[in-house]
Amino acid sequence: MVTASQQKEDFNVPPEVDNQWCPGCGNFPILQTLKKSLQDLDLRSQEITLVSGIGQAAKLPQYLKTNYFNGLHGRALPVATGIKAANPEQTVIVTSGDGDVYGEGGNHLIHTIRRNPNITVIVHDNMIYGLTKGQAAPTTQEGMVTPTQPEGVIDEPINPVALAISLDAPFVARANAGDPKETQEILKEAINHSGFSLVDIFQPCVVFNKVNTYQWFKEHTYYIGDEYDYDVSNRAEAFAKAVEEDKFPLGVIYAHDRRKTFEDAIGMYAVDKRPLYKREMNCSVRSALLASQK
Amino acid sequence: MSQHIKDDFSIVIAGQAGQGIQSVSHILTHVLKLEGYHVFATKEYMSRVRGGMNSTTIRVSSKKRDAYQSKVDLFVPLDPNAYEHSKKRFTDETMFLGFKKEDFCSDCIMEVDFINIAQAIGNRVFANAVAAGAILGLMGVAIEQPKEYLRQFFVKKGEDIIKKNQEALEKGHKMGEHFAFSHDVTCSFETDEDVKDDLFISGIDAVGFGALAGGVDFCSSYPMSPSTGLLTFLAQHGRECGVVVEQATDEIGAINMTLGASYAGARGIVTTAGGGFALMCEALSLSAMTETPITIHIAQRPGPATGLPTKTAQEDLDLVLHAGHGEFMRAIYAPGTPVEAYEITAHALDTADKYQIPTFVLIDQYFVDALYTIDKEEFKILPHKKHIVESDREYKRYALTDDGLSPRSVPGYGEGLVCVDSDEHDEYGRITEDVDGFRMQMMEKRLFKRKELLEKDALDPEIVGKKSANTLVVCWGSNRNVVDEAVENIDDKEVSVVHFVQVFPMNKKTKKMIKDTKKVVVVENNATGQFANLLQKECDRKIDKRILKWNGELYSVEELTEKIKDVL
Repeated sequence: MVTASQQKEDFNVPPEVDNQWCPGCGNFPILQTLKKSLQDLDLRSQEITLVSGIGQAAKLPQYLKTNYFNGLHGRALPVATGIKAANPEQTVIVTSGDGDVYGEGGNHLIHTIRRNPNITVIVHDNMIYGLTKGQAAPTTQEGMVTPTQPEGVIDEPINPVALAISLDAPFVARANAGDPKETQEILKEAINHSGFSLVDIFQPCVVFNKVNTYQWFKEHTYYIGDEYDYDVSNRAEAFAKAVEEDKFPLGVIYAHDRRKTFEDAIGMYAVDKRPLYKREMNCSVRSALLASQK
Repeated sequence: MSQHIKDDFSIVIAGQAGQGIQSVSHILTHVLKLEGYHVFATKEYMSRVRGGMNSTTIRVSSKKRDAYQSKVDLFVPLDPNAYEHSKKRFTDETMFLGFKKEDFCSDCIMEVDFINIAQAIGNRVFANAVAAGAILGLMGVAIEQPKEYLRQFFVKKGEDIIKKNQEALEKGHKMGEHFAFSHDVTCSFETDEDVKDDLFISGIDAVGFGALAGGVDFCSSYPMSPSTGLLTFLAQHGRECGVVVEQATDEIGAINMTLGASYAGARGIVTTAGGGFALMCEALSLSAMTETPITIHIAQRPGPATGLPTKTAQEDLDLVLHAGHGEFMRAIYAPGTPVEAYEITAHALDTADKYQIPTFVLIDQYFVDALYTIDKEEFKILPHKKHIVESDREYKRYALTDDGLSPRSVPGYGEGLVCVDSDEHDEYGRITEDVDGFRMQMMEKRLFKRKELLEKDALDPEIVGKKSANTLVVCWGSNRNVVDEAVENIDDKEVSVVHFVQVFPMNKKTKKMIKDTKKVVVVENNATGQFANLLQKECDRKIDKRILKWNGELYSVEELTEKIKDVL
């Protein structure tokens, strides 16, 4: 029996929703690609919760018909972990920017990978701060002149892919917003992969980053093709790949299933699969504990 | 000299960290409770694992007396240097039992080298049983029950350890009896059979049971003294009780994780101290903006910054009252007894859910560590319903309603979508900059309508004595018992105690009572009179006298009796 609710979702929000992105922004192709990935996975709006922090990328949940929690700058990952731990039935996806996840939220990134909830983290990596008008991001390349780095950026940019592999994240990929077809496949794989998945997506900022354009990304990346004899589950090999920076490798760089997820490790769902909101308070167990005290 | 012990007896055990104060206290308090004595214990300690100088005060009484007394009836030094540490508390009647100090003289002193005796039995660890036995012998407690207690206590350690501890206990007991005989110490205590079955519980465990009673099912926190006990309690019992417990890697992660869980339908609590809460302030504001319920438990200690990590204070009321950017409502509770801590923690969790706001349970180091005998019947676990509804296709998370409360659903529960935003938002939860419309309506809902509901629902303060007395001595949080006893000592019908279990907001009736009273005295553990200031503002009157203490120590009954007398 096919019911209305089982038809494919279009994930479209009502037309009156005002999109706050600049014309030509790299966020648009990411939004479209994510929509298609979710359709391909046959997910329903009600089954998905998007989580974001602050920034232009973090506004993505506004434009996709799902549940969402648009929280504080940098704090999307602990929120997403809490949601997944309280309700493992939800497909939890973080969509935020490089400043949000790698800068303000850097500490959460490290420890969320250690904790390993089954969530997917999509980082819109445009190597610049857009919403605050063009300051350096943690991924901005050395030497770039910005309003707050007038002599050029002096900090070494973060390599999120290498960082995630160093922490043994179960799924680490890099995509290019300019390649929707490839990105769609990567996103589907990431969402389906059990455990923490990181997808760093290169995207241009058409207003504030005149260096890292669509053209630049095309020239400075290459896909790890099938012809290449590459073991995606080999951590050392993956790390070697991740630190290539003259030309950045694209595709699934590291993937394995050697780690237990946070939801499985906490043991709450071993016997009873129901999310917390569906459970009655277990008064008898709690009363028995109290009665056993002396 | 002769001594007669009756009704109310203070024992102080002092020594370095790691010398066995905790073990001696543990044996002693549990045995005395089983004998039918009311027992209350409070410890003071330094911020280190070994060394320093710490003490535990055990107050044994025939009537329930849950407040700290300064005077020492029996001093038990586990280290010669302990005398110096506690000497300001000695009286002419203080008895001394334990290690001797060269230049210290008293008529009523008996040297017992606990360690020597223990070593003769085979190991210095038996010194704890020697000391406990000596105290019990002095108090005339028969040896059988304590021996049986040790058997149960060491049951997992094997027969040899049990026997040696019992032998140590008996050796100590004989010395205690000998001390009583040689110094003409007699003991006549009225005991209470019912105490035997009581709980013997710390303040922090009362909060823990309260959280369980209140239906908590999620806690993520970061360890910080003196608040960690709640995280430990929930971690120990989480699996069996159905609570997800996770030690976060910082306080920011802790509160955001708990808010995520709460958004998804969990009932969440975080536990921290002032410094940790300072890191949570941004997310407190997020809880208010997204109307995501959370309960924040804060065990206070003296600041600023790291301050005195193991001492007590009531310095964080101002912080909690004003924390978080922007303007929004919150409810703040301050229990003063284990029964209150139990009920109030459950109530705070339910209030957070019911009104979709952040609520606070504010306690302090003294209350965390104090141990009380409590009638089990006072702790009842009742089912709490979750204030969650199933959504339909048209569901709007922030639907505008008459009372200002939007029915709360969670992702996956029904056909609707649950969209929450830290930006100002419309009824669906979408970002808006509609300054004349949604901004005003949402502020009305979060702030003004919520204020009305919370004030109406505010708990009345507890009043001891007549409400219309000329003088009201006001306290909040852990000062409740000590203020009660001090005012009882003063024995003046025109002096009553008002104890605020909820410090913010207050209901109209309470404000009027404070406003209409001739003289109001406020007692608290901070330097500026934070609650007195709040009362002045809320009740539109001047507070006549403030009794303040901020050195990190708690009030003793004697000290507070004098201080209250001075301002009457």
